[in-house]
Amino acid sequence: MARKARAAARHNASGFMVPELYRVVKAWRETHDSFSLELAPADGSPVMRFLPGQFNMIYLFGVGEAPISISGDPAGKTLVHTIREVGSVTRRMAKLKEGDTVGIRGPFGTDWPMDAARGNDIVVVAGGIAFAPVRPIIYSVFNERAKYGKLAVLYGARTPGDLLYEKEAKCWRSHEDTEVLMTVDRALPGWSGNVGVVTTLIGRSKSGNDFDPYNTVAMVCGPELMMRFTVRELIKHGVPESRIWISLERNMKCGIGLCGHCQMQSHFICKDGPVFRHDRIRDIVNRREL
Amino acid sequence: MEKNEIEAILKGHPFFEGLDAGQLSAIADCATDSQYETGQFIFKEGQPSEHFFLIRSGGVALEIFVPGKGPIILQTIHENSILGWSWLVPPYKKQYDAQAVKPVKALKFDGKKVRGLCEKDPKLGCTLLMKFSEIMSERLWATRIQIMDIYGKES
Amino acid sequence: MAVKPGSTVVVAKEHLQGVLDALLKRDYLVAGPVARSGVISYEPVTSVTELPEGWTDEQEGGKYRLVKNGGGKLFGYISAAQSWKRVLFPSERRMWSVRRDGKSFAMAGGAEKPGKAALLGVRACELSAILVQDRVLMWDRFSDPLYAARRRNLFIAAVNCGRAGGTCFCESMGTGPKAESGYDIALTEISGDGRHYFMVEVGTEAGAGVMSEVEVTEAGDAEKAAAAAVIAAAAGSMGRKMDTSGIKELLFRNFENPRWQQVATRCLSCGNCTMVCPTCFCTAVEDRTSLDGNEAERRSLWDSCFTLDYSRIAGGIIRQSVSSRYRQWLVHKLAAWHDQFGSSGCVGCGRCITWCPVGIDLTEEAAAIRESDGDTMIKGEN
Repeated sequence: MARKARAAARHNASGFMVPELYRVVKAWRETHDSFSLELAPADGSPVMRFLPGQFNMIYLFGVGEAPISISGDPAGKTLVHTIREVGSVTRRMAKLKEGDTVGIRGPFGTDWPMDAARGNDIVVVAGGIAFAPVRPIIYSVFNERAKYGKLAVLYGARTPGDLLYEKEAKCWRSHEDTEVLMTVDRALPGWSGNVGVVTTLIGRSKSGNDFDPYNTVAMVCGPELMMRFTVRELIKHGVPESRIWISLERNMKCGIGLCGHCQMQSHFICKDGPVFRHDRIRDIVNRREL
Repeated sequence: MEKNEIEAILKGHPFFEGLDAGQLSAIADCATDSQYETGQFIFKEGQPSEHFFLIRSGGVALEIFVPGKGPIILQTIHENSILGWSWLVPPYKKQYDAQAVKPVKALKFDGKKVRGLCEKDPKLGCTLLMKFSEIMSERLWATRIQIMDIYGKES
Repeated sequence: MAVKPGSTVVVAKEHLQGVLDALLKRDYLVAGPVARSGVISYEPVTSVTELPEGWTDEQEGGKYRLVKNGGGKLFGYISAAQSWKRVLFPSERRMWSVRRDGKSFAMAGGAEKPGKAALLGVRACELSAILVQDRVLMWDRFSDPLYAARRRNLFIAAVNCGRAGGTCFCESMGTGPKAESGYDIALTEISGDGRHYFMVEVGTEAGAGVMSEVEVTEAGDAEKAAAAAVIAAAAGSMGRKMDTSGIKELLFRNFENPRWQQVATRCLSCGNCTMVCPTCFCTAVEDRTSLDGNEAERRSLWDSCFTLDYSRIAGGIIRQSVSSRYRQWLVHKLAAWHDQFGSSGCVGCGRCITWCPVGIDLTEEAAAIRESDGDTMIKGEN
């Protein structure tokens, strides 16, 4: 596919097995269990080019690697990752400071369909930490605003303290034809925003009550259960399955289709995904223990 | 609001789909236009439950007051949704507070009158009951997903 | 006589050492079969006397016995316990190392640097397996430079089988018993009527170069016929077969077949099958630091889809049940492999059957699924 051919096109004699060194320009906390890193190549060369939806394998000296979606601006001069502390590697990464060095292998994987979405309304639905892998979509739309129609960003998290990028979202909302709606599963005292599953925002969004099936592209990212019922709801609201894209996650050790871990039937999530058009995997995506 | 305006709203709303003109007219007779400003309570826990609402615009927070913590929002009811079904089941008492979080325009239905309609026209009663069951089922599903902690680390 | 690719020559048993000598002279590490610790194992050899003369193996589900059979054949056994992965895709390989450099660190090379290897005694199924792994590890979108380095100067001396092993089914998989291509030389051992010799088919220039330093005669019709008879005997003695017709669709559509639960009552998820399988390629990585913390390295290790951890993601483990893991292995090997790499992942060597502690036979499992095609666990949906 032309899309895949354009992605990850940097010649690497080691076969993408050896990391490149990146320096931490800035590190900051996002929520109680997530943080962001802004990175630049240690040798001063230009930052890698990537497409929204792709991921890197981030290496910590002597500790190991973790596959992390890229969450920055594809047109930016630095590489930004928002990372959730879920295991030994990511917990150690949380301690990184300005000036530290990490290894980066990537960018790997398939990208969100920004080309297919041209001229369309876009609805992005994300849950939890998965707001990070869809943020590049939002940046891409703003970078070339005239090429896209309305943008609706629907985001749900567990509690108000888990919501990512709230400040930035205020900026996004100020753009024309852009709405950003957020909801939580569980409110805390003082929260006056939406409470309820993220799918309740679909009907709530201005374009939600009648998505134009010929003119809407939906991109969904979050826990598989959340994506499952979000897809169901989008279909109920008239979005054709061939215009719904999801991003899947599996255990990854190499990121380049050689270690075997990320397989889902015939697909290697690291190179045939993580972004998939829903109708292409509909028969297997909900199979238990696949 | 004139009755024919109310009927037009009902006719256009998916919840009342399938009802014939006579039934729509009878139900419209039970409805009045109502508005709430942000912060106003539409009903409070413990009040006799005599109404249900079609939220036409705005948003309503279903809340419970937890001593020591204050009001906690359980769910947000968005526009074009139906609010309230405790008028259907004894002891006909509200179980939560409902507060407008944005300016709300709603149709307020007299539950006692609608119950009376259903007794007179069992077919209408059955249809309405099935529609409310759908709402309850959706809310139950949403609530179960909410308490599942799908974004948690062990999800 | 001039030996070229395509030539067929005859080497008497007493001159076979010439082949090893020619390889050793060219700085190949020659790996060949030896009888050791009750099995045939592929080890470095320098002399024909080290080969397992007179030994043969009896293999069945969950059983491997090495016995002396009284004949004098050098290659009378069927297959070694492990496959040639031991040479081409060892269970532990160093990928790279890094060195601390102040606050930062620097890549320090350190990838393993293997020498040239020559494999003596590659069975047709094993040769097919090497070609299958080539497709997976070198000819896909990304390639494994460690595998490529070992594969690059590899010399393959195939040996055709004279009989089918107890668990073999290469014939139904289309991978044997004759080595058709991909070898530098292919030997067929013929012994009888007072003669003991090898008919050798030369496949490549490298093979021709080696054979031109060995005392050989041109193969005549009698010898060619004798070799063909040996191979026919192997083809005719297969004890098992795999029905591969439509097997991909069969396995894909039987995701909910109760057979998966049935095999899970026997499968220990020990992973033996994945370790002895010549095409299994899954690896894990291990990052280690030196004691003083100044150096770190990354190693690639064999992994198995049968382990619980294999499918772990942040949210939990995807394949928790043994049935799902057995199903993953079998469906990948026999079905998904076709979509991914254009061929079956199975070469019919039978090792997984032999080395399964409880003797699970994948030909039997596939047949059982075919028998119960469409059955599901949901009552009333048959």
